[in-house]
Amino acid sequence: MTATELLDQRPDSSTAPPYRPGHARRADRIVSFINGGFLLVWGLITTLPLVWAMLSAFKTNAQFRVDPMGLPDGLAWDNFARAWDEANIGQYFVNSVIVVTMSLAMTMVFSAMLAYALARYTFIGSKVLYYVFLAGLMFPVFLALVPLFFVVRDTGNWPVIGEFMGLNSHVSLALVYTAFSMPFTVFFLTAFFRTLPDTVAEAGIMDGCSHFSLFWRVMLPMAKPGLVSLALFNFLGHWNQYILPVVIMTEDDKRVLAQGLAFLTTSTGFRADWTALFAGLVIALLPVLIVYIAFQKKVQSGLTAGLLK
Amino acid sequence: MALQRGKYPFLLALTVPGAVIYGYFMFSPYLQAMWISLTDWGGYTATMNFVGLDNFRRMIADPQLLTALRNNLILLLVVPVLTLALGLFLASMINVGGRGRAGAVTGVRGSSVYKVVYFFPQVVSVVIVAVVWKYVFAPANAGGVLNNALEAIGLGRLAQLWLAEPKYLIWVVVIVMTWSFAGFYVVMFSAAMQSIPRDIYEAALLDGSSRFTTFRKITVPLVWDTVQVGWVYLAIQAMDGFALVSVMLGTGGGVEGAGDVLGVKVYREAFTPPNNFGYAAAIGVVLLLLTLAVSLIFMRILRRERVELA
Repeated sequence: MTATELLDQRPDSSTAPPYRPGHARRADRIVSFINGGFLLVWGLITTLPLVWAMLSAFKTNAQFRVDPMGLPDGLAWDNFARAWDEANIGQYFVNSVIVVTMSLAMTMVFSAMLAYALARYTFIGSKVLYYVFLAGLMFPVFLALVPLFFVVRDTGNWPVIGEFMGLNSHVSLALVYTAFSMPFTVFFLTAFFRTLPDTVAEAGIMDGCSHFSLFWRVMLPMAKPGLVSLALFNFLGHWNQYILPVVIMTEDDKRVLAQGLAFLTTSTGFRADWTALFAGLVIALLPVLIVYIAFQKKVQSGLTAGLLK
Repeated sequence: MALQRGKYPFLLALTVPGAVIYGYFMFSPYLQAMWISLTDWGGYTATMNFVGLDNFRRMIADPQLLTALRNNLILLLVVPVLTLALGLFLASMINVGGRGRAGAVTGVRGSSVYKVVYFFPQVVSVVIVAVVWKYVFAPANAGGVLNNALEAIGLGRLAQLWLAEPKYLIWVVVIVMTWSFAGFYVVMFSAAMQSIPRDIYEAALLDGSSRFTTFRKITVPLVWDTVQVGWVYLAIQAMDGFALVSVMLGTGGGVEGAGDVLGVKVYREAFTPPNNFGYAAAIGVVLLLLTLAVSLIFMRILRRERVELA
């Protein structure tokens, strides 16, 4: 029986018979088949645009123009070379790696420290501090854009460290990413540290742990699952960030990947070199794809659990 | 905690670095923005005069702002409905769509593969999504995946210059947003549906209820809490749209600015001459108020009585 014949024989659902073992089996199989059809169609809708872009990265521009929908004739690796050098994707990639390495480390370390203090201690102003961070979750980023530009520019005039800061500085951008990731990370980790059992902390104190070694040797290792989820969450967020670098990184050589790609689609010099653009897109996608495939379960649970907290 | 000695130096060391970074780079810009929105600050000049609510009055007479606001409202109402409906539908197929031996309710085969595939757009940069979809909607001779596909299945007459027609622009944004968000909600609803006891479904099946009735009367009520959270979250996401619109349609908001959204408008006012910082900040304040109002309203409306599983 072919697929279409099978579909033609589907029963009208409004007159579907009540459940009777034996009879329902066949009807159920057909419904399941239609079910599977829907799932497959959405799967294709999800993947095909991205697969098309990846295939296009291996075509020559000549082939792309005449046969945009076909499979590549050969593997035009030259696209990747052009993207990396001429389109400056190599530089953008390095910028992204530098910024994300710094911002991810700072976000995790400073958030974990803060969250631990807020979750396990009561001190003067601890409530206020918690709500100040919580407020950051509600603000739309667009509200901050104008002052942020000037705040970052002014860091360039700071004594001693000023020359490493200011606009177009990797350090500044990493600090901005850190600041904007902290509300969520602190909020989530505070909830996580609160769930850790008190008995372990008390045992640590009995054994003569100092505050610091209790945090560093006992509590932090116990919070590892939460820390890993959030590190993945923040890695993806920082790697894909667009609006913040657009405001802060105005020089071409300082752009990060997402920004560089957006620039390429509009820059006149590269308008006719589609396949190099797609190659650049694949280069930008690769780290995310690798992280996603390697940590797929963890990424899904990390991103969705964050929403449910 | 019993340990009191050395508590405050330790707590200072823990909280000060993070609080300083957050305070300087995030919290203080927000406070400054509220003040700037009440001034006429523009250009890279030092003059900043208090003008009260003038910036807010100016919005009423700014047609481009009203277009952007209207578009944001469309996104706010349409994207969550489409995304949640699609998410619920697909998740229920994945998780309770299968029928095992003797009519047992199970997930379909390959359900974890579907979840991996559907979720993927969520981890891809919005810029990449925007670039790819720009080519999907492009004319047939410049990539034009959609037009070429329509041609291939004999519907060539439906082909359009999708991005050149002002009235389509915001709907193009709706489609792309829904495409990129849906998989996330499939995974989220899947997790919720997994926790529904199987015997409830089997009892319903024995009572002869159809799949649709089961979906409407059992699945949806039991995951309603999750739907509610998702709705608020989607509404907040729909207030953004900056990366998608500015890359796919351009920072001008596309042809005749018809696809403009508030985020792009803020960016344009602030960072292109004549740099109306005061006005841009005021639009930002409106965005904040809208976000707060929307979260509150949605949480109110959607609060249904909770279904407790004993």
